[in-house]
Amino acid sequence: MKVLLVDDSVTMRRIQKTQIGNLGVTEIVEAGDGQEALGVLKNNMPVDLVLLDWNMPIMDGITFLKTVRADATYKDVKIVMCTSESEKSRVVEALKSGANNYIVKPFTPEALKEKLGL
Amino acid sequence: MNVAYINPFIAATVACYKNMMDAEPTQGAPVIKREPFPKYDISGIIGLSGGAQGSISLCYPMQSALATVSKMVGVPITEAGVDLADAIGEIANIVAGFAKRDLAGLNLSISLPNVIISNHVLSGLSGVPTVIVPFTCSLGPFAMEISLKTS
Repeated sequence: MKVLLVDDSVTMRRIQKTQIGNLGVTEIVEAGDGQEALGVLKNNMPVDLVLLDWNMPIMDGITFLKTVRADATYKDVKIVMCTSESEKSRVVEALKSGANNYIVKPFTPEALKEKLGL
Repeated sequence: MNVAYINPFIAATVACYKNMMDAEPTQGAPVIKREPFPKYDISGIIGLSGGAQGSISLCYPMQSALATVSKMVGVPITEAGVDLADAIGEIANIVAGFAKRDLAGLNLSISLPNVIISNHVLSGLSGVPTVIVPFTCSLGPFAMEISLKTS
């Protein structure tokens, strides 16, 4: 399994990398914003799972999500939002835009495992 | 500032520490910020806009910040550098975002975090009282400053 972590916080990516690594995932690539993530995704296919922040500079997570979902190349890529945006309207917007699941920060390792289905 | 707006930020801070640091901070009594203003070594600041304008800041003495971030990341962070600043900013971001859920009526938007490193005093919105909520914790003391003006 290959996972793409997209978050502008190096700290958050480090936490996610550790926790996902503890679940047995060894192939992990990273990006600091949505625009960078589009390039990383393209260059690292097949990517199985994207863990995606919402608020990022340059290109935010929801724009990345909509862009990827508009491209059939990536139809099998599972995308899970992992964000501090906790309002119900945001969750609904993300799911309607094609997110497969939604994790609200702060999360426990157990919650991350459950939401990712790992 | 309506005190009802403070509780979601307190709850969010406790949740953040429980989930990300496996620690349980204890909240002290909130106080209105008055001179002499407290000084901090590092603060993570999130701007808020929408139905309310202002900021929430998580403010630390250096030892508390280093202990907190080390616990969160899982590796020792021993100096005030980029890693520490990024992590403190992320904690503030998580707290502000989580609190938004209980403040949905305000339709708040949160900014990307800013972090100040060096001995400093925070200045809130002019004419808006700032509430300071002190916390004690096994990782060291810290405080939250909330400055919020509702429309």
